Amino acid sequence: MAAERQQGRQAAAAPDSLAIELRGISKSFGPVQANKDISIQVRRGSIHGIIGENGAGKSTLMSILYGFYRADAGEIYIGGRLTPIPDSQSAIRAGIGMVFQHFKLVQNFTVLENVILGAEEGRLLRPSLAKARKALADLAREYELEVDPDARIEDLSVGHQQRVEILKALYRQADILILDEPTGVLTPAEADHLFRILKGLREQGKTIILITHKLREIMEITDTVSVMRRGQMTATVQTAETSPEELAELMVGRKVLLRVDKAPAIPGRTVLKVENLRVRDENGVERLKGIDLTVRAGEILGIAGVAGNGQSELLEVLGGIARGAGSVQLNGVELDLSGKHSDGQSRRLQGIAHVPEDRQHLGMIMDFTAWENVAFGYHNEPEYQKNALLMDNEALREDTRRKMERFDVRPPDCTLAAKNFSGGNQQKLIVAREIERNPDLLLIGQPTRGVDIGAIEFIHKQILALRDAGKAVLLVSVELDEIMSLSDRIAVMFDGRIMGFRDPATTDERDLGLLMAGVDDVKGAA
Amino acid sequence: MDLTTVLQILDSTIRLGTPLLLACLAGLFSERAGIFDIGLEGKMLAAAFLSAAAAFVTGDVWLGVAAGIFAALLMSAIHGLASITFRGNQLISGVAINFLASGLTVLLGQYWFALGGRTPSLTGDARFAPITLWGAEALREVPVIGPIYYELISGHTALVYVAVAMVPLSAWLLYRTRFGLRLRAVGENPAAVDTAGVSVVGIRFAAVAICGVLTGLAGAYLATGLSAGFVKEMTAGRGYIALAALIFAKWRPWYALGATMLFGFLEAISNRYQNIDLGGIVIPVQFMQALPYILTVVILAGFVGKATPPRAGGEPYVKER
Repeated sequence: MAAERQQGRQAAAAPDSLAIELRGISKSFGPVQANKDISIQVRRGSIHGIIGENGAGKSTLMSILYGFYRADAGEIYIGGRLTPIPDSQSAIRAGIGMVFQHFKLVQNFTVLENVILGAEEGRLLRPSLAKARKALADLAREYELEVDPDARIEDLSVGHQQRVEILKALYRQADILILDEPTGVLTPAEADHLFRILKGLREQGKTIILITHKLREIMEITDTVSVMRRGQMTATVQTAETSPEELAELMVGRKVLLRVDKAPAIPGRTVLKVENLRVRDENGVERLKGIDLTVRAGEILGIAGVAGNGQSELLEVLGGIARGAGSVQLNGVELDLSGKHSDGQSRRLQGIAHVPEDRQHLGMIMDFTAWENVAFGYHNEPEYQKNALLMDNEALREDTRRKMERFDVRPPDCTLAAKNFSGGNQQKLIVAREIERNPDLLLIGQPTRGVDIGAIEFIHKQILALRDAGKAVLLVSVELDEIMSLSDRIAVMFDGRIMGFRDPATTDERDLGLLMAGVDDVKGAA
Repeated sequence: MDLTTVLQILDSTIRLGTPLLLACLAGLFSERAGIFDIGLEGKMLAAAFLSAAAAFVTGDVWLGVAAGIFAALLMSAIHGLASITFRGNQLISGVAINFLASGLTVLLGQYWFALGGRTPSLTGDARFAPITLWGAEALREVPVIGPIYYELISGHTALVYVAVAMVPLSAWLLYRTRFGLRLRAVGENPAAVDTAGVSVVGIRFAAVAICGVLTGLAGAYLATGLSAGFVKEMTAGRGYIALAALIFAKWRPWYALGATMLFGFLEAISNRYQNIDLGGIVIPVQFMQALPYILTVVILAGFVGKATPPRAGGEPYVKER
């Protein structure tokens, strides 16, 4: 439906009102064609969203526009004029600024030093620094972009670091600002602030391109949205004339259920009982300050909270990665929190499976193959042993093939290195590894971070299926939507404590937001 | 211990610390730009050999220095080509340079001079003479200040003063200029420099070239200032000691001065006191001579507190999203 109403309307736009026009851009990396004959028009003074699943080619397209890659074919027009962009320097000269998903900042430089890097006035730094200090003060006033110019980047929060990236672009007189997945690392409040900044920039006549895979952001802030799928531009529509459902379908190529359908929970006996759990980090700072909670069989307990309030430590100590003090009982048996059985292997033997938050560091070894990764943590299982000395790799591969088929991991090749799978497929591999062992308790952190929309639906279904099979699930996520739709009970963490418990049926985002901000629990319902 | 003895030890501290200082600053520029360089040793050795050879043939020490710099730059070019252009492993490239220099100097030395790998002794204008600073003679008889000025500050060869001047110059270049900002940025996060529209490769080659010039000076000083000619393996691990000093100095120029002079001091002590008698217990000479190396091991084992190396050090830069 929306697919056929693409380009036609676009041709009507007058050329001088266009900030950017791309015509027939193609780019291949070896055998993979990341961009196929892409044409797009971006109106001056608008916020233009580009949405698509991971690997759809959004970032590649924008990297071409920023001169980071060179297109194999196609033309770029800036302000109606043909403008070749062979390198970043040309893009900067053409008035394009880019805020990458992974910030390009020098961690131990000050904000000022980062801003002037590459845009210095002369051979000596002092005059450049003085000029930038004044310019930053002006920009801060104009756009709510306050940052301490003398602070070191490593001391700044992620939200502030992102502001520095925006400041860098504006200091270079950028008229066109490209933001690649800007909210992936932000708290809800920081994301709101970012959107206010972007709206302010639009009012000043700047053109903004926003790359994201989050439908909500597209609906909230963009004027126009282009959808990419498998390297191609499948549609460009006015945001006001579309819906999240339509966009999701355009992205994935099939109907997607955005709401999670679930049966009411039937909680059984208590599986996990945590009492007065405390954890200190390596600097001796207390990160968990006495946590009490229970998770019952057939129940999902969702832990909400702004990242960094102790959720990671909670998962790590329960998963046996970090050590702590207090009492944790699994099925009535006390777990070892600081002795020699406080490790991941022991926890797995006791029936706790763990899908860690940071999948690329704690969940897999990126250079190892899929089947090797599927073995981790379960490599001592009897069915993987050929004899006392050797592992049965063929059995492992066969098992991995079965798992990949059941979990629809693509491409279904178990000898491929983990890094060659998309984020969603990596996560499916890990979830398959942990869930298929039929644990009593599943710890799962940020299950859908960096995962595309089709895989999100699948992973959510798997978590619910585990719950319906009578298992206990402890879910940690910074995505409130995810917590609200999956959880049977919600606990909100702030500063190493649980601020309160809520029933997802009777709470709302505002209520949870207050708890997440550390406002004391006045309702007091547990 | 009287003033004269102290001054003599400090004087030889400066002389022995100078090649370390030059090599340490050389490593500083390279590593601050993200290129690890364990080939300092080889570069110094090549420079020492070629400077001695050129100084002997031409009879002019400054031509010798130029030849030494040329030799070290050549080695730097190999390292740059391997680790920047071809994104090879920087440690392996550095090791290769050390082997190359160690073999090539002896081979060429034997071929040219047939003295078993050494160069003939340098005399006259072919080696550096001490410079007597202005007013040193006149002040000589003034108590305390006179000897300090005359013994310690005056009377070194030209390269010593060059080396010391390099410290504020390096600090200024690194922290006050555009080039320094970009160089430090390239060693921390090359992607930031690349996206800012500046060539990562260009900056890194510039840094490696500076490293070549400074190791060239260090090597030339060894052969034409500290000694009078080239001897097989005459660097004796100074390149590695300079690397240890660099870590000790936390990759900062002024700290580098302190760190290298500490090593120079240890070497000076071990040269002066052969066997130290501590009321019955005799510390053998071998222990004293091993002191700088022991300190190196202690420093490298991390006993001097946390030193954070440049974050992108050792990593070839490959564009990625």
